[in-house]
Amino acid sequence: MSKKNFVHPYIPNSVPEVKTAMLQEIGISDIGELYADIPETLRFEGEMKLPEPIHSEYALKRHVEKILEKNRTCSENINFLGGGCWQHYVPAICDEINGRSEFLTAYAGEPYEDHGRFQSLFEYESLMGELLDMDVVNVPTYDWYQACSTAVRMSGRITGREEILIPDTISPDRLAMIKNYCHPVMRITMVSYDPETGLMDLNDFKAKISDHTAGVYFENPTYLGFIEEQGQAISDIVHAAGALSVVGVDPISLGLIRPPSQYGADIVCGDIQGLGMHLNYGGGHAGFIASRDEEKFVMEYPSRLFGITKTSVEGEYGFGDVAYDRTSFGVREKGKEFVGTHSALWGITAGVYLSLMGPQGMQELNQVILQKSQYAVQRLSEIPGIKVPRFKSVHFKEFVVDFNQTGLSVREINQTLRQHRIFGGKDLSHEFPDLGQCALYCVTEIHSQEDIDTMITALQKCLQKGKKKP
Amino acid sequence: MTTAKKTKVRKFHQAKWDEPIIFELNTKGERGLLVPEVEQEIEDRVGDGVSALPSHMIRQEPPALPEISQMRVLKHYLRLSQHCLGADFNVDIGQGTCTIKYNPKINEVLASSPKVTELHPSQDDSTVQGALEIMYKIDTFLREISGLDYFSLQPGGGSAAILAMASIIQAYHEYRREAEQRDEIITTIFSHPSDAAAAAVKGYKIITLYQNEDGLPDMEALKAAVSERTAGLLITNPEDTGIFNPHIKEFNRIVHEAGGLCGYDQANANGILGMTRAKEADFDMCFFNLHKTFASPHGCGGPGLGALGATSALRDYLPVPLVDFDGSRYFLNYELPHTIGKVRGFQGVFPVMLRAYAWIMSLGAEGLKEVARVAVLNNNYILTKIKKLRGAEAPYATGRHRIEQVRYSWEKLYRETGVTTEDITLRLADFGFHLWSSHHPFVVPEPFTIEPTESYSKAELDEYFSGLEQVVEEAYSDPEKVKNAPYNSVVHRIDHSTLDDPEKWAITWRAYLKKHGEKS
Repeated sequence: MSKKNFVHPYIPNSVPEVKTAMLQEIGISDIGELYADIPETLRFEGEMKLPEPIHSEYALKRHVEKILEKNRTCSENINFLGGGCWQHYVPAICDEINGRSEFLTAYAGEPYEDHGRFQSLFEYESLMGELLDMDVVNVPTYDWYQACSTAVRMSGRITGREEILIPDTISPDRLAMIKNYCHPVMRITMVSYDPETGLMDLNDFKAKISDHTAGVYFENPTYLGFIEEQGQAISDIVHAAGALSVVGVDPISLGLIRPPSQYGADIVCGDIQGLGMHLNYGGGHAGFIASRDEEKFVMEYPSRLFGITKTSVEGEYGFGDVAYDRTSFGVREKGKEFVGTHSALWGITAGVYLSLMGPQGMQELNQVILQKSQYAVQRLSEIPGIKVPRFKSVHFKEFVVDFNQTGLSVREINQTLRQHRIFGGKDLSHEFPDLGQCALYCVTEIHSQEDIDTMITALQKCLQKGKKKP
Repeated sequence: MTTAKKTKVRKFHQAKWDEPIIFELNTKGERGLLVPEVEQEIEDRVGDGVSALPSHMIRQEPPALPEISQMRVLKHYLRLSQHCLGADFNVDIGQGTCTIKYNPKINEVLASSPKVTELHPSQDDSTVQGALEIMYKIDTFLREISGLDYFSLQPGGGSAAILAMASIIQAYHEYRREAEQRDEIITTIFSHPSDAAAAAVKGYKIITLYQNEDGLPDMEALKAAVSERTAGLLITNPEDTGIFNPHIKEFNRIVHEAGGLCGYDQANANGILGMTRAKEADFDMCFFNLHKTFASPHGCGGPGLGALGATSALRDYLPVPLVDFDGSRYFLNYELPHTIGKVRGFQGVFPVMLRAYAWIMSLGAEGLKEVARVAVLNNNYILTKIKKLRGAEAPYATGRHRIEQVRYSWEKLYRETGVTTEDITLRLADFGFHLWSSHHPFVVPEPFTIEPTESYSKAELDEYFSGLEQVVEEAYSDPEKVKNAPYNSVVHRIDHSTLDDPEKWAITWRAYLKKHGEKS
């Protein structure tokens, strides 16, 4: 229902008298005159077929909530899905801070009236720097997919070479992004893995390295959950060829697990979603890139890099952009890749998270995760037909469960589990057809023993039923 | 009730806490958050968990994060928040091209529902029918708004959408075996830097058209730039100047004739909703920033979303998955034969989508048109006033109206007083205002760009203008006062010289301590 002179709360100057006063001051009689530059041939004369508006806030709320009600959440179900988006506890203060209007609605102001934005992001960079044991961390990019793609392109620019080596255990979706991002400037060569352990096949790696290689990109823990123990060896091999070691890491694992910089990584990247962001249906992600504080690395970042400096008053901290003219904001296509609006609010949140956790919290968290996931693996291994972990390696919070001997597909199993209000691990049968019916299970600090035991019981029931089929 | 009196300028002072860097709050032993404990039975069965790790993979020293108790962490960040001037707090019309409008709080209530926050992107489609319905409906809304045929909500921002457009253009030509021949993308100097830079990521040579004396991209330059090497055109309209290019359809025709594709950067579509569309101008692709026109908050710089649209002819190249509907169920569709793959993980930033959905549903088609009309009214109202302001000019399009924003110049004021656009920006902070200059390079000298949007009342526009008047008056009578601003902000004049010097720059606190030798 469109009433002429309808006044909407979001549009103060839709009040007719106000419009008239403004038109008078401009010296015209109708808003239509302001569109004079749009020729008739470009005017849209039709109507946009959108639903009737819901004007009252109350009715709007009910309308949206009714749609959302159709969603089944990871609070209502016990969730074992991971695969690059992980369910960790979100401290109340993280939501408090990123819900504050001051942060939520700020954008591109100066380091004066928006000083807090600069300081909180500088602190995020600094806190991540300690976690990663590196001196340079960027203002976040979109997510891990973007961060690793940029890290790969950085290695190409730094070495002047065009090939990147990547192990076959990488997330196929992340590989798809890297492929698009590299083409046609860089090419990708895949490296095989040991079918027992999942670890990179170093012989294949050595055979494929050449003086065209810009670097190797591997993840740790890998997409399939196990820890790549050969990090130092991989770095040594790639360095001997004059290339760079680029490592993707889950930062929440760095309370106890050695950071990649300590086994030769030159550029480190990953996703901070686990550091204080809700699942958000995949909307809680932000990507980081880190390196040593050497000019040849710093100058290749496309992202903003906030640095600390002085002001005209002794003792005051000021902030600003480091080497701004390196970016596309500074020099358009002559800059490194591009920069825009990415995931700053999540960077601020991750800083809050790390400030709350401190070194003890991060260590304790890692220990609890290891214990709970090892417990889950142990209990799963007791179920006949299940082989777990599929890879004979040490895992962090994720592991591959092999259901091939059960006679059931992961799809069928997960369907049954849903009836028990459990979201089973991610179905890997399309991403890794060679593994057959395998699923990626993720266990974190949010899983109580009861949650894990409930899943075990449900799986046992499901697999017994399955065996009864002719 | 109107008054002819000049609107008062606030005696504003921003909070100034002189807050240390977080590491300086370190007090050994303090805890901010305790972690869930492991159950005794688990520990009995698996031990300490850590022993399973090979020793060379164990961290030798704990990460040197600060140790701070919970309330102190909260206090620190709340103080930092007060050192930010969010749109909710000021008449935020000075961030041109950013479309800083009202982000309705009801949308925040909805976005914080567990029915949004506690969804995993790999959940079975059957368990997220609500999320998929919202995504699908936004697709249909944007089709109506743009006239194009399919939308992907995957790109994480406008620049990512541009990368996707450049990728689709490339894939399209590769399919026709013309990609090697077509290695050039054309854009304009008043389009966003990412229209050039993201295309360059895909190996394209960028040809940039400069403006003619009307401030429009030069048609003759376009004709000279187009050839059998042309892959496509990436362009904004209206551009950052707020001037609508009436020849845009002809521009696209020229590029199409040469065999190229045309991508419309509609990051900001706020002035033209319902008035003119991508379709009628013959664009093949377009994108909208949901964190601009569609009222999702800017978040200090994201998360946002660049909703990417394409004609049917290009649907199969879009990133996967799309959201589809079979009449009874919504589902993720990965069956796009020529897909460019992915430009982001998973399906996109769902909370941003939800806010955009609620905003559109609150307004409807007539409401969206009113948004555009009032945004344009507000812009021309301010333009009328600024044109009378001493020292200020609105270059190009003399005597003509603008669409949603204007690129102004303080060049005259600078020549007469020595006060720069940066000086004025810093002095405006003393009144609780932002003012942004321009993208680089500064084609317009001493630039400033104002984009009112539809969100601010006439009284607030007058208030902002009074701030400008006051600073202009100061520039002419007491330039030093302006040049040493700000006085009422969070800090004083920043020394930027260290930020370009590799010996001195410090991107982390640990680097700062190393280089500047101060004790923590």
